[in-house]
Amino acid sequence: MARLTINGAPRDVEVDPDTPLLWALREQLGMTGTKFGCGIAQCGSCTVLVDGVATRSCVLPIGAIMPEQEIVTIEGLSPDGSHPVQKAWLALDVPQCGYCQSGMIMAVVGLLQQNGNPTDADIDAEITNICRCGTYNRVRAAIKMVADNDETQAG
Amino acid sequence: MLSAPTVTRRNFIVGSAAAVGGLSLGFSVPFPGGAQADAIAPEINAWVVVRPDDTVVIRIARSEMGQGTLTGLAQLVAEELECDWSKVTTEYPTPGENIARNRVWGSFSTGGSRGIRESHDYVRRGGATAREMLIAAAADEWQVPAAECSVAKGVITHSPSGRSVTYGQVATAAAAMTPPAEVALKDPSEWIIAGKPLPRLDTADKLTGKQIYGVDMVRPNMLNAAIRACPVFGGRVASFDAAAVSGMPGVRQVVQVDDTSVAVVASTWWQAKTALDNLPIEWDDGPNSGVSSDTIAAMLAEGLEADEAFIGNEAGDARGALANAAQTVTAVYAFPFQNHATMEPMNATAVYTDDRCEVWCPTQNGEASLAAVAEASGLPVERCEVYKLHLGGGFGRRGNFQDYVRQVVSIAKQMPGTPIKLIWSREEDMLHGAYHPITQCKLTGGLDADGNLSALHMRISGQSILAAVRPQAMQGGRDPVVFQGLHAGGDEYTLGYSIDNLLIDHAMRNPPIPPGFWRGVNLNQNAIYMECFMDELAHAAGQDPLAFRRKLMANHPKHLAVLEAVAERIGWETAPPEGVHRGLAQIMGFGSYVAAAAEVSVTDGVLRMHRIVAATDPGHVVNPAQVERQVEGSFVYGLSACLYGECTVDGGRIEQENFDTYNVLRMAEMPAVETIVMPSGGFWGGVGEPTIAVAAPAVLNAIFAATGKRIRRLPLMNHDLRST
Repeated sequence: MARLTINGAPRDVEVDPDTPLLWALREQLGMTGTKFGCGIAQCGSCTVLVDGVATRSCVLPIGAIMPEQEIVTIEGLSPDGSHPVQKAWLALDVPQCGYCQSGMIMAVVGLLQQNGNPTDADIDAEITNICRCGTYNRVRAAIKMVADNDETQAG
Repeated sequence: MLSAPTVTRRNFIVGSAAAVGGLSLGFSVPFPGGAQADAIAPEINAWVVVRPDDTVVIRIARSEMGQGTLTGLAQLVAEELECDWSKVTTEYPTPGENIARNRVWGSFSTGGSRGIRESHDYVRRGGATAREMLIAAAADEWQVPAAECSVAKGVITHSPSGRSVTYGQVATAAAAMTPPAEVALKDPSEWIIAGKPLPRLDTADKLTGKQIYGVDMVRPNMLNAAIRACPVFGGRVASFDAAAVSGMPGVRQVVQVDDTSVAVVASTWWQAKTALDNLPIEWDDGPNSGVSSDTIAAMLAEGLEADEAFIGNEAGDARGALANAAQTVTAVYAFPFQNHATMEPMNATAVYTDDRCEVWCPTQNGEASLAAVAEASGLPVERCEVYKLHLGGGFGRRGNFQDYVRQVVSIAKQMPGTPIKLIWSREEDMLHGAYHPITQCKLTGGLDADGNLSALHMRISGQSILAAVRPQAMQGGRDPVVFQGLHAGGDEYTLGYSIDNLLIDHAMRNPPIPPGFWRGVNLNQNAIYMECFMDELAHAAGQDPLAFRRKLMANHPKHLAVLEAVAERIGWETAPPEGVHRGLAQIMGFGSYVAAAAEVSVTDGVLRMHRIVAATDPGHVVNPAQVERQVEGSFVYGLSACLYGECTVDGGRIEQENFDTYNVLRMAEMPAVETIVMPSGGFWGGVGEPTIAVAAPAVLNAIFAATGKRIRRLPLMNHDLRST
């Protein structure tokens, strides 16, 4: 039994401590928004936030997570798709097949929490998720839309 | 004038949004598309259901895998239906329903960029027919001629009397009308829904994690399976020691799936996968353990010089003219195996009982999946059903190839009554693909004294997809698909150059690595071979690559138009910025004319792709915003192959097992893409694939301009671009 804090709520999961967070989310907790792509932290489809840091959950064993660590998944980003990143994604119709987009969105949320106005170089360095449909340019435009909106609101 | 439908049943309901009743659909409700409500909502015809609240459900037979066909096909139906687009939703009919209803929805196959170009006519007729039935129902109730009624946004109006009624209010009556025998379709110039850059219908759930893909399927009491097939092609299971893992956590059963594969079934997939990793399996490697990339390369190289070859395009006397040319240029190119590497690994969920087998799966061809279920279950097809789920990418992997469906049915059959979800690991996916075929190509061009191309011999050597997967489509042993983009004529793959003495032929050499249709198919390497060699010829002739091509394209105005469009947009006639170099390419494929112009720089051997301009003429455009997305996306797919894509073979198996050794293009390398959508009308071409083919040769030609290096053997990562 392990206690986790997921999307602000305590959750107990009955799994072997070697089980990656990804599979505990998908199979024990029924939260299938986080996707399996490669299993070796290469593609980023499984990205969630752990204490605000974008983390590839397919290689993070449950046993390595402290109960007080805050895990946020795509399901916990907003109750209704109203997070600024989700709104920008909708405005630009970013997804194609959409399979990588949960991870892509979580990686971007992680980036913007650290750096509210990333340069192209920052984006290139931090957003290394794989999208086989090829949404990269729309992802970049959506990131900038969020950053610009933030600036407008701040200014 | 349209013939007025006759009333076969009076059931006219006005002013009651709560009205129910109407038609029973006469077939099982699709699952899980939310169609349960339609048991009480009338189907106007196979394509259109109108609910009492005026919601319109449009049935889509083709599969949505990211390419936007769900939205595009719905736009075409809605255009003719004249409904309110804001009230449109979609659902998939099932393959079993299609068979039960005499294939009323036509083909379910979603590949070859055919989704829209091959069904635009009958889906629009479906919408137009439903509209006429709805109008006729209103006219009948009002006792006025249908011709006096008009419709806009799902509201039918009889102007002379000022009466109006919504589609939802007349739907039940309309469902009982006899469909008109003839309907007229709008000219595309009259379109108000189709042809517009409308947002996709399927975006919202992809932003919240709610979208259910095949891999997300859950059934009550479901167990999960992980599978391993013999990594050597043609090998088999010799033995395995189930007892070694049967006590591991969650493990329920270890099963031999077929001659080549073993699966572990457990409570969760992670448990199944963990046990499978610990399962001792002995393989009989079979006849191919000596096959390697080197032996395959030697096999193909022999084909480049072979006497016998299938002819794909021939004019004049190429060999004779080459012998007499003032100058000849020869080059050998090679294009390797590629894996589709869909982000969602292969998967399917099945439940088998003695008299029924049902499968939920992501598939590009629901009917092919259904056939696979029937075959693997041994049940008559009427007792089988397939429920299509959203695909996390397809790219050709999930159409013709239903191996994952047969496997899950085989497992489920060994555990009757228990739903089984099979998920492949990424490693399984990489080792058991249906790979982009491997080919080499030797090109010999002859230039006359003025530097004009007088002759060309293009010898392709290598794999035939049809020979492996659809031998019945071969033409006397010849595979016409090998020559995509190189045909003498036709409406899909015409070569855009007129060359007096031309020979394009194919020495078929089929190594024992299974080939498949991979987004763009043979257009990919044919464009590289032809368009990079055109650049070589222009260089040898001392001519500008655009000017050199123009001289050969006078008889191919549509090919030339897209090429000129990208050249103009990139500023071909003006000097690029310091350190930036340009390349061009064009081809016709999947019925569309496409071209690209790339700007790259190479600094200390490091390539940077700054910008690619694309142009496409697909005849008609249903959603220009989706076309732009498909062009950008296709470039990522094509450039991933160009830069990194290579599945090598050793010991009869593929060496790359995951994205750490099979890299793909990522954000940092993505060029800016500008898309010129220039439909010239009069034909319907595809969109998802054609532009893939021009990205790589445009970039490779720009790399030559930057470095003087011709990259003829893909992928680029195997080459050093530093100046020597």
